Amino acid sequence: MDEKKLNLKLKIWRQSGPQTVGSFVNYNVTVSTEASFLEMLDELNNGLEKNNQDPIVFESDCREGICGTCGLVINGEPHGPLPKIATCQLHMRNFKDGQTIWVEPFRARAFPVIKDLAVDRSGFDKIIQTGGYVSVNTGGVPDANTLPISKEIASEAFDSAACIGCGACVAACKNGSAMLFVGAKVTQLALLPQGQPERNDRVMAMVAKMDELGFGTCSNTYACEAECPKGISVRNIAMLNQEYRLAKIKSKNVEA
Amino acid sequence: MGNVNTTSKDVKLDSKIPEGPIESKWTNHKFNMKLVNPSNKRKYDIIVVGTGLAGASAAASLGELGFKVKSFSFHDSPRRAHSIAAQGGINASKNYQNDGDSTFRLFYDTIKGGDFRSREANVYRLAEVSGNIIDQCVAQGVPFAREYGGLLDNRSFGGAQVSRTFYARGQTGQQLLLGAYSALSRQINLGHVEMFNRREMLDLIVIDGAARGIVVRNLLTGAIEKYSAHAVVLATGGYANVFFLSTNAMNSNATAIWRAHKKGAFFANPCYTQIHPTCLPLHGDSQSKLTLMSESLRNDGRVWVPKQKGDKRPPDQIPEGDRDYYLERKYPSYGNLSPRDISSRSAKEVCDEGRGVNGGEAVYLDFADAIKRIGKKAIEEKYSNLFDMYQNITGENPYEVPMKIYPAPHYIMGGLWVDYNLMSTIPGLFVLGEANFSDHGANRLGASALMQGLADGYFVIPYTIGDYLATHKFGAVSTDHQEFKKSEEEIKGFVQRLLSIKGKTTVDEIHKKLGKLMWNKVGMARNEKGLKEVISEISSLREEFWKDVNVVGKAEDLNQTLERAGRVADYLELGELMALDALDRNESCGCHFREEYQTEEGEAKRDDDNYRYVAAWEFANAGKWNLHKEQLEFEYLHLAQRSYK
Repeated sequence: MDEKKLNLKLKIWRQSGPQTVGSFVNYNVTVSTEASFLEMLDELNNGLEKNNQDPIVFESDCREGICGTCGLVINGEPHGPLPKIATCQLHMRNFKDGQTIWVEPFRARAFPVIKDLAVDRSGFDKIIQTGGYVSVNTGGVPDANTLPISKEIASEAFDSAACIGCGACVAACKNGSAMLFVGAKVTQLALLPQGQPERNDRVMAMVAKMDELGFGTCSNTYACEAECPKGISVRNIAMLNQEYRLAKIKSKNVEA
Repeated sequence: MGNVNTTSKDVKLDSKIPEGPIESKWTNHKFNMKLVNPSNKRKYDIIVVGTGLAGASAAASLGELGFKVKSFSFHDSPRRAHSIAAQGGINASKNYQNDGDSTFRLFYDTIKGGDFRSREANVYRLAEVSGNIIDQCVAQGVPFAREYGGLLDNRSFGGAQVSRTFYARGQTGQQLLLGAYSALSRQINLGHVEMFNRREMLDLIVIDGAARGIVVRNLLTGAIEKYSAHAVVLATGGYANVFFLSTNAMNSNATAIWRAHKKGAFFANPCYTQIHPTCLPLHGDSQSKLTLMSESLRNDGRVWVPKQKGDKRPPDQIPEGDRDYYLERKYPSYGNLSPRDISSRSAKEVCDEGRGVNGGEAVYLDFADAIKRIGKKAIEEKYSNLFDMYQNITGENPYEVPMKIYPAPHYIMGGLWVDYNLMSTIPGLFVLGEANFSDHGANRLGASALMQGLADGYFVIPYTIGDYLATHKFGAVSTDHQEFKKSEEEIKGFVQRLLSIKGKTTVDEIHKKLGKLMWNKVGMARNEKGLKEVISEISSLREEFWKDVNVVGKAEDLNQTLERAGRVADYLELGELMALDALDRNESCGCHFREEYQTEEGEAKRDDDNYRYVAAWEFANAGKWNLHKEQLEFEYLHLAQRSYK
């Protein structure tokens, strides 16, 4: 592969802790077009460490777009300018020599900044803990093939289950809504026969927790779908709304 | 080497394999094990470190039984564990395809694939529970691939002639992990499991000879925290990142098992390292990791290189007659689905001959024939996410141009030594998944890691840990115990020592140097001279690290440089042990290829008379280990030279 170099001006958000005020800091870098965006930050950090400066805190792990750990807002877009990839899959050949790049953390009320570009997304775990599962214990389950599921349904459920929990949907939404994330889990389990027994309770509990944690509501801009690295469709939000309404009708608790 | 003491007849390694015929060992053992009364279970605290397939499934299952579980992860969420990145699938001997599969066949394939360097009884149990795993995952709502009739679909993987791999597109690990994570989340909600995110285990506490707790660093605040328990379970994965460049995630590391090793847990077969044949080739110096392309691609892709050295024509201009489909040529019955060690070594061979793509380190994985045979749409359906991933990283379209691939460090068969109950040489310390050494011998077959992680977590540890708890008397231990205090002081001292060196070399620079040493001399091919050299080179690099590393930042803060520094300090010791183990093993087996020991055709030449043992290393002090040997007995399978021809 032929290696070309780019000279770039980076404006990166630095913030020393959750309670402090952050600001953009300028860095000039030269980087290979073959490198990934995060490898560019690795190199920048290595240089900072050599000069006894604190490196930029950012999170990443698998670096192949599946663990959901990474997430930067690059030039205003969560996970950068390309559709359907996570930040770690963005490569520098997509930028131009001399370009200025703004790098920020995911911003949402429910995702407070921890340090620099790292944010706290533990709200997602809390939502799943209230009902994002089928309540079966280990052992004592029937043979897998006693439960035929049509290829179509399995495939649709998979599309929803592909969510990596990165939080780009929340960061992209002007309301900081988590409805795409919640909708994806609710849809996966509502489609499958295994999810039926707890279908109503699940959606009620997850939506209540989502509201309690300060995630906003959906106002149909579809920004979440546009930025989702796995291309999770906004139809999951429609499904969530429908499931929620049905569950409410069937609910024995009458609201005042 | 002067620093090896060998204990020939070993009293410390009791594998505790149950009596009786292999088909009934596990059943009998389950009956013979003592149970903890249901109302007493909540009186027992169990620590589980790691939330991958093994850790999450163990924590969830133990929580369901009623134990008080504390689960630890260095991630921000248990769902991030690196099991999530496994692509291809999970094996199970369901025989849904009616192609002759059985528990015994999966057992046989796994032992043979591991080149007869694993324990028969453990592997048989693994095959025996494999079907339960699929049932469990389906019950959780894992969306496995299905056929038109609604039943589960299978694909083939390397080292097997039956189709027994269950999959969820190219994201099987993700779906299985999210299943285990959902079970864990439910137990957290019920209050049976307490979750501690962003904690890195830095020490194991051993009191009166038994594991009684751990000491962790809170990665957000830097605080050193202490937790006590009646038993500790480590499910902290593998250490392929000792090579710096590997398919592992950035944060995967050896620290938890290494610190436990230094507290007395024997380390088994550290040199057994799997180099995966289908990864993307290196692009340059700034590269941070190597990306795996699932082995499942070899179901339809054909591997080839030009016949002529230095043939620099683009692939579409190299006619059929000038291509060498070397796997199909050398191993006609398994062809492109030959096991990983053999495929990797063959790729290295042709590239060393100068026949790699453009004379470099890459071979082609070509889908042109498969697209002609079954159509582009069918290929898309099977592999679209992998093809997209490839295109996004390399900028090339694999539907039109063959993929370029090269082997990369991927998985570690070695790990902490465990007995049949998955307990290490420290009573009360259990080790699951990739972190132990138990089931894969000298080479793991594709789609078997997910199987082993979930077998250990869902179906083995819930039984065996109960037996340990029921048969031991426990004194009360609080975190005020002097062992905890001593450990806390040591860790604080270690951190201060790292921060106060203030040298000129960064942590990554030293890690990259170590990685190169390991890749060149403890990688796909090893020899005595190189191994002897590398042992002293690693030892010098370790000195350089402790004299000249620069760890910036503070102890009491989120400090990623400090996190990496601690892990690299451990790799610098572990790397030496890997080389020492490879040097001790004067034979070739599975992934361990010693150039001195090969057949005329260049295949691995085992020495069953002298090396049919598990090498279990006891830590003495820095750079010094004692070797213990567990002899492997093969009662059910006939020791044979592996042949995939």
